[in-house]
Amino acid sequence: MTTIEAPRTPSRPARKRGVNWEKWGWIYMRASGVVLVVLIFGHLFVNLVLGQGVKAIDFAFVGGKLSSPFWQVWDLLMLWLALIHGGNGMRTLVNDYASHPLVNRILKLAILAAVVVLVLLGTLVIFTFDPCPAGAPANLVASFCPVP
Amino acid sequence: MSTAVLDTPPAPEAPVQSFTVTLIIRRFDPDQDTEPRWQDFDVEMFPTDRILDALHKIKWEQDGSLTFRRSCAHGICGSDAMRINGRNRLACKTLIKDLDISKPIYVEAIKGLPLEKDLIVDMEPFFASYREVQPFLIPNSKPEKGKERVQSVADRARFDDTTKCILCAACTSSCPVFWTDGQYFGPAAIVNAHRFIFDSRDDASQVRLDILNDKEGVWRCRTTFNCTDACPRGIQVTQAIAEVKQAILMGKR
Repeated sequence: MTTIEAPRTPSRPARKRGVNWEKWGWIYMRASGVVLVVLIFGHLFVNLVLGQGVKAIDFAFVGGKLSSPFWQVWDLLMLWLALIHGGNGMRTLVNDYASHPLVNRILKLAILAAVVVLVLLGTLVIFTFDPCPAGAPANLVASFCPVP
Repeated sequence: MSTAVLDTPPAPEAPVQSFTVTLIIRRFDPDQDTEPRWQDFDVEMFPTDRILDALHKIKWEQDGSLTFRRSCAHGICGSDAMRINGRNRLACKTLIKDLDISKPIYVEAIKGLPLEKDLIVDMEPFFASYREVQPFLIPNSKPEKGKERVQSVADRARFDDTTKCILCAACTSSCPVFWTDGQYFGPAAIVNAHRFIFDSRDDASQVRLDILNDKEGVWRCRTTFNCTDACPRGIQVTQAIAEVKQAILMGKR
C-alpha cells in the first residue's frame, strides 16, 4: 500500500531554536554599512582634506589623533564595524563559490582568524599607542610631547 | 437602404518583409551527448514572429528532435521560459523585432535546474520550494454560510502584484544566489508566499514568515534585481522579497 504524505508536511525541518544568525547578519550588514559611510568619509575628510591635506600625515599627526579619546572611539568603531562587515561579506562570497565542504570550511576559518587577529591587534594599538616615545627628536613627534 | 461601400479600395499593404534569422540553440541529448553543444539553425522569420515560432519552424521543418516545452503559447501557462541572448524570457512573448537580428540569437535552457534535454529542465526542485511555503489559503474562521470571504478593495490590492505569478521559473533561474545555492527558496517561492502572507483572509502568515526566516530563506537575497528584470509578468519581485524581509523584522504583515 502506498501512503500519501499529508499535504502540509514540510519537506525540510523547521529552523532550530536559538539565535537566527542569518537574520542578525543581514541586519548587521545594513546597520554597520550606514554607520561606516559616516565614519569612513569623516576619517578621509579629516585626514586628507582638512588643514594641510595629505601632507600633514606623519607620525606626529597619527600620534596626536590617537591620543585624543574622541578619535580613539572613532577609530575603534571603524575598526570593529569594518572588519566584521568585511569578514561577513567574505563569508557570503566563500559560501557562493567554494562548494567543496572542506575548502569552504578552511577558507571561512582563515577569514575568521584574520578578522580576530586584526581586530585584537588594532584595538591594542589604539589604546596602548605611545605618541611620545622616549628619545625621539622633537620634529618627528606631536607638539604636546615633552621634548628632552 | 444604402450599403456602406468603400469609395476607394484600400491601398494594398506592402508585403511584410521576411528575413533570415540565425538561432544558436544549446542542445543536449542525454542518450548521445555527455556535454551540451551549440547548434545553429537558419530560419525565415517575420519581424512580428516570436522566438517560439522560430523554434516551431525548426522542429517542424528542420530538426524534429529539438525538444522544448510549450502549452498555451500566449504567455499564461509559463511553460516556455528560456534563456534568450543571456536573459530569461518566455519564448512566446519575445518578438523577433525586439532582438538584434544582425547577430545570431542564442537560446538555451534556464540555468540552475538540472538539464534534461535541449531546452527542458527538471522543474521539480523549483516546485518543491514552492510547495514548502504553503501556497494555499489557511483561514482559522469559517465564512458566513453560503457566502464567500469578504475582502476590501484595499486589502485585495495589497498583494495584487504577486497574484500574477505563472510559475515559469524565469525569476528563480535568473538568480545568482540560486545558481550557486540550490537550497535557496528562490524568488518565485517567496513571491507566492508574499501573496498569502499579505492576504487579509489568511491566518497563517506567521507560519510562512517563520519558514522564510530560515538559513535558506529571504536573507539569502542580495537584491540583484535579476528576478524583477526576468519576470515576464512584470511582478516587482525584489520589492516583494523586501516586503517579506520587513514583515519578518517587524514581526507582522
